[in-house]
Amino acid sequence: MFNDLSRLGKYLGQAARLMVGMPDYDNYVEHMQKTHPDQPVMSYEVFFRERQDARYGGKAGPKCC
Amino acid sequence: MTRLTKHLGWFAVAALGACALGVVALRRGEAINALWIVVAAVAIYLVAYRYYSLFIANHVMQLDPTRATPAVINNDGLDYVPTNKHILFGHHFAAIAGAGPLVGPVLAAQMGYLPGTLWLIAGVVLAGAVQDFMILFLSTRRNGRSLGDMVREEMGRVPGTIALFGCFLIMIIILAVLALIVVKALAESPWGMFTVLATIPIAMFMGVYMRYVRPGRIGEISIIGVVLLLLSIWAGGQVAASPEWAHVFTFTGVQITWMLVGYGFVAAMLPVWLLLAPRDYLSTFLKIGTIVALAIGILILAPELKMPALTQFTDGTGPVWKGALFPFLFITIACGAVSGFHSLIASGTTPKLLDNEKNARYIGYGGMLMESFVAIMAMVAASVIDPGVYFAMNSPAAVVGGDVVTVAQTITNWGFTISPETLVATAKDIGENTILARAGGAPTLAVGIAQILHQVLPGQNTMAFWYHFAILFEALFILTAVDAGTRAGRFMLQDLLGSFVPALKRTESWTANVIGTGGCVALWGYLLYQGVIDPLGGINTLWPLFGISNQMLAGIALMLATVVLIKMKRQQYVWVTILPASWLLICTVTAGFIKLFDPSPAVGFLALAKKYSTAADAGQILAPAKTVEQMQHVIFNAYTNAALTGLFLFVVLSILFYAVKVGRAAWVKKERSDKESPFQAMPEAN
Repeated sequence: MFNDLSRLGKYLGQAARLMVGMPDYDNYVEHMQKTHPDQPVMSYEVFFRERQDARYGGKAGPKCC
Repeated sequence: MTRLTKHLGWFAVAALGACALGVVALRRGEAINALWIVVAAVAIYLVAYRYYSLFIANHVMQLDPTRATPAVINNDGLDYVPTNKHILFGHHFAAIAGAGPLVGPVLAAQMGYLPGTLWLIAGVVLAGAVQDFMILFLSTRRNGRSLGDMVREEMGRVPGTIALFGCFLIMIIILAVLALIVVKALAESPWGMFTVLATIPIAMFMGVYMRYVRPGRIGEISIIGVVLLLLSIWAGGQVAASPEWAHVFTFTGVQITWMLVGYGFVAAMLPVWLLLAPRDYLSTFLKIGTIVALAIGILILAPELKMPALTQFTDGTGPVWKGALFPFLFITIACGAVSGFHSLIASGTTPKLLDNEKNARYIGYGGMLMESFVAIMAMVAASVIDPGVYFAMNSPAAVVGGDVVTVAQTITNWGFTISPETLVATAKDIGENTILARAGGAPTLAVGIAQILHQVLPGQNTMAFWYHFAILFEALFILTAVDAGTRAGRFMLQDLLGSFVPALKRTESWTANVIGTGGCVALWGYLLYQGVIDPLGGINTLWPLFGISNQMLAGIALMLATVVLIKMKRQQYVWVTILPASWLLICTVTAGFIKLFDPSPAVGFLALAKKYSTAADAGQILAPAKTVEQMQHVIFNAYTNAALTGLFLFVVLSILFYAVKVGRAAWVKKERSDKESPFQAMPEAN
C-alpha cells in the first residue's frame, strides 16, 4: 500500500511539473543512457534551465486566454 | 444480450442528463438548485464522450494504436516525450484553461443562466471538443506541426500567411481585453492593488531561489510562494483598512493602464527565470487548486440559483453588452463552448507528448469537456449572487448611474429588486469601497467564488479574504498571459516586419527587441486605454471583438480539418467538422456585419462614428464625451474598431474561399492528397 502511495505521489509530482512545462528528469536520464550512451547528460540544474528557456523564451506557443 | 447490457448503464446516464436538463430548461418562476445544471452537464458530457468521441476516433479519424506518434519517433527526453495519458491530460488542461471560460459565462449571465448553459453544453459536444480533438489528431499525424504550418501545407501559402496574420490580431485583442479585466478589478481597490503588486517581488524571490539558491526545486518554492501570496492577501486587508496606507495603493483605471503598459514592456524583456516562469508556476497551481475547490464547494453547498432562467435582455438591450441572443451569445461565450485558441495548444506541445494516438480522444475531446465544466461552474458562480448585485457590478455608469441610490432604483425598475443598503453592505462584505461599475466578469466571479468558498471553508468573516483571493488568482494568470503574450507577439511582429527590414528579425538584438516589444505593447496598450476611458465600459466593445476573433480562429481550424478530411477521402464523415464550422462562420460573419453596419450607435461602430461626426460638425458635444477632443476620440475609436472587424471578416472569408477551392479540387480526386507523415510502426514494447 505504501508502494502504491509513493507511486501516486510520484505521478502527482510529475503531473504538476509537466503542467508548468517541466518534463521528467529521471526519464530524460534514462533515455540518454539507453539511446545515446556516448553523449553527455545534462545535470538537473542545466536541464531545468534549458527547459525553462525552451518554454518561455524564443518561439514558445502562447498560453490560452 | 451482453451488447444491450453494456449500453444499459449509458442509457441510464443519458436519461438522468435529459431529466436534469429538462428541469433546468423548463422550471420557471421558482429557484432551481445549481446541482441540476451540474448533473445535466456532466451526464451529457459522459454520454457524448462515450459515443460521439468514440465514433470520431474509430470512423472519422480511424486512430491506429500501432502507429508511432511524434513523441515515440523523436523521443529526446525534452520536447518529445511519450507521456502517461493522465499526466498529459493535466498538462493540456492547464494550458487551455484560463480566464476565458471563467469570464464569458459571467458576462452571458445577463440573459439568464439558461441560454449560456445550453450553448456551453451543446457547443462543447459538437464544436469545441471536436475542434480540439481534430487538431490534435492532425498535428500528431504531421510530426506536431503548428496550426499555421498545417494551413500552409494543406491549403497553400496565401491562406497560411493570412491565418498567421489572424493569429497575431487575435493575440493583440486578447491581451487588451485581459488587461482591461485587470484594470476593472483593481481600479479604486487598494486591497486588490496591494496583493497584485506583492506578487511581483514574491515571484522574483522565487525566481532567484530556483536559479541560485536551490536550483530547479519547483515544488518547495511553489509552496512557499503560495503561502507568501496568502499572507499578502491578509496584508492587503490591513493596508486597505489603514487610513495612511490605503490611498498609497488607490489608483484610477487610467493610472493602472499606464502601469500595465509599462509593466508589459519591462516584463517582456526581463529574463524569463526571474519573473515570468515563477509567476506562471504560481498561477498554474493556484488555478488548478481554485477550480478543484470551487467544484467541491458547489457540490457540498448545492446553492440555489438566484438569477432567473431568462431575463428580458435576451432581446439585445442588456446593460453588460449589447446585441441579441443570436449571434452575440455565441460570441460572448467562446472558451468553454468552443475556443479557437485551443487549436494553437492542440498543435503546440501536446502532440509532441502523446504516447499513443488512441489517447488523443481522452486528451483532446476529454480535456475540452473539462474546460466546459469549468465554464459551467463560472455560470453557477455568477447565478448564485443576487441578480441586483450582478447588474450593479456589471452595468456601466452611463446606463445605471454613478451612486448606489440611482443604481439601486434603475435596477429595481428593471425587475431585479435591490436596495442601496444591500449594495453598500455587499461592498463592505468583500472589503471594497464600492461594487459599482466593475464590469469584466472577474469581480463578479470573485463575489460568486467568495460566497461559495466562505461558506464551506472554516473561519469567520472570510468573505473579503476569499474575494481578494479570487481577484488575485485571476490577476495572476492574466498578468502571466500579458507577459507571455507580449513576448510571443513580439516574435510574431519581428517576423512580420522582418520581411521588410531584415535587421528586425534578429531576436538577440536589443534594438530589434525594443522595437518589437514596444510595437506589440503599443498595439494592445492603445486598445486597452481606449477601453478604459470608454464611458460605456470598454468591455462592451472589446469583448465582442475578442469573441469574434476567437471564434473566427476556431472556424479556421475546423475549415482546415474539413479540407483534410476531404483530402483523406473520408468525405462521408465531413459533416462532423462542417456542421460546427458553418455555425461558427454564420455567427462570426453575422456578428461582424452587425458590429459594422447596425444602424443603432450602441451596436454598430460605423453608426456610432457617424452620430458623433455629425454632432461634432454641428459643434455639439454628445454625452458621455465632455470636450471636442473626447468627441474626436470616440470617432477615431469607432473607426479603429470598425477596421479591426473588417480585417477579421477579411481573414475568415478568405480562408473560407481557399477552403472551398482546395476542398472541391480534392473532392473530385480519386486518391488521397493530404500531407500526412508516412506510417511508422510503434516499436515493440521492451
